[in-house]
Amino acid sequence: MKADTNEQALLKGLAGNDSRAIDMLYKDNFSIIQTFILNNNGSYDDARDIFQEAMIALYEKAQNESFVLTCQIRTYLYSVCRRLWLKRLQQMGRFSRQVDNLDETVPVEEDLEMHEKRNADFDMMDRALNSLGEPCKSLLEGYYLKKMGMQELAAEFGYTNADNAKNQKYKCLMRLKKLFFTQYNIGE
Amino acid sequence: MEDMLLMEAIERYLGGDMNASERAYFEELRKNTPEIDQMVVEHSMFLHQMDMYASHRSLKHSLHEAHARLLERGDINEGGELSAKGKVIQLWNKYKRVTAIAASVGGIIALVISGLMLYFGPAVNGNQLEQLGKDIADIKRNQQVQGSIINEVKSKIPADVRFISGGSGFLIDTKGYIVTNAHVLKGSGAIVMNNKGQEFRANILHIDQEKDLAILKINDKDFKPITSLPYSIRKSNVELGETLYTLGYPRTDNDIVLGMGYMSAQTGFNGDSLSYQVQISANPGNSGGPVLNNNGEVIGVLSTRQAQAEGVAFAVKSKNIYRIVDNLKKADSSVSRIKLPARSTIKGQQLKQQIAEVKDCVFYVKSYTK
Repeated sequence: MKADTNEQALLKGLAGNDSRAIDMLYKDNFSIIQTFILNNNGSYDDARDIFQEAMIALYEKAQNESFVLTCQIRTYLYSVCRRLWLKRLQQMGRFSRQVDNLDETVPVEEDLEMHEKRNADFDMMDRALNSLGEPCKSLLEGYYLKKMGMQELAAEFGYTNADNAKNQKYKCLMRLKKLFFTQYNIGE
Repeated sequence: MEDMLLMEAIERYLGGDMNASERAYFEELRKNTPEIDQMVVEHSMFLHQMDMYASHRSLKHSLHEAHARLLERGDINEGGELSAKGKVIQLWNKYKRVTAIAASVGGIIALVISGLMLYFGPAVNGNQLEQLGKDIADIKRNQQVQGSIINEVKSKIPADVRFISGGSGFLIDTKGYIVTNAHVLKGSGAIVMNNKGQEFRANILHIDQEKDLAILKINDKDFKPITSLPYSIRKSNVELGETLYTLGYPRTDNDIVLGMGYMSAQTGFNGDSLSYQVQISANPGNSGGPVLNNNGEVIGVLSTRQAQAEGVAFAVKSKNIYRIVDNLKKADSSVSRIKLPARSTIKGQQLKQQIAEVKDCVFYVKSYTK
């Protein structure tokens, strides 16, 4: 079955982090997932975690320009959540047979492997950034994540001029890269 | 200091901030100095990681915000006034211990009773058998899909209802009487849809949980009674090995789907004499669909499949349809006009032609609660 144009538009919105598209997707799909998780030994928090994780997986797929979803978004999200939740249940050792219900699912194993790899990268960067300490962390976040200019950063952090801030940023960056690549290369 | 300038240059180069001559110079430098080349590659990868990190982080943030926003607006629920299912779970968590004690006492009694029961009736095996009805939760999405397929002016679905289950069903009388599985009808009302996407309101006339059969009557002025049904309904058992086919609606886009196979055993799960075992690939949504043989006779109603085995499905024997129709006639004199089709008009025709006629009599059944 083909995903209709409406769904494609939603995916595009998600890829662009558009809050309206996210709200729509959330509203249309969350309750189903919540019911599924609650009915299978999960809590409200579990439902939120799993659903958001699935949204991130979908987002990763939607990032790819040529990506066309071959099933309904709802089916995809449900399949991902189901897989993620089964895995988590197994990890927690409370696998229940009940999960074996019969809603339609699509194979998502490959996507999830990709997603796990990305998650691992995310965690590495997160750990590296958090172990930097201040002001390094905020300085780098300001420059690389919020895309602020050096001038602006210098003013915000109270450096006397942009060159000093640049100097500091360079030192911080070197530390971050070292932290990140040490983990990254171990992980490989 | 030099390293810092170099890094700055790399960042400007990667960020596309260099002018043409600078760029050419830098590329030349890259080519001639492997160390610098290596640094560029490494840094480009690092920046890519940073970008991904940034976009993930902002998405996570947006998701949290969306969650909080929708929660506030009441579009989603957490705790409080959630559906009954949620409450059950909460209650369960609260009274787990009490329940456990009660259950262990009850368990002993149950064991005794079930031991006795084994002697008297065929046991229902929930875990190993899967019913092939499907639970429909998202009424809105389904309606959208239908809207795109058909040119119907207005949906027949009453406002403010929730769809909870669905499956297939088929006509047993030209006036709009439909047979389906009892487990397809978990709700209080139902609508049916033909293979062209046209919806009709239907009344639930009779549900027989034991035989897992139910009868609906289309009650809609848009429904035009058909002149005759192409198939007949078989009264006697069928032989092993007979080629069978089924039509049903296992897909979410409402397209009718054909499944083919053969008759594999005279009894159903664990010797259940009410049904046959058939080798047909069946999916949720196939429940209630007719199982026909090559002669155009309905031999059963597809109902369950075995969870651990591929392609093993079970169909309620067609003679049970006669039985529940008789029961219904006894209970309700207004339906005495039901006349089951006695002769198959598609006998001897090729399968393609048979299906073309039969598919107009197979409906998508959706059940809702108010």
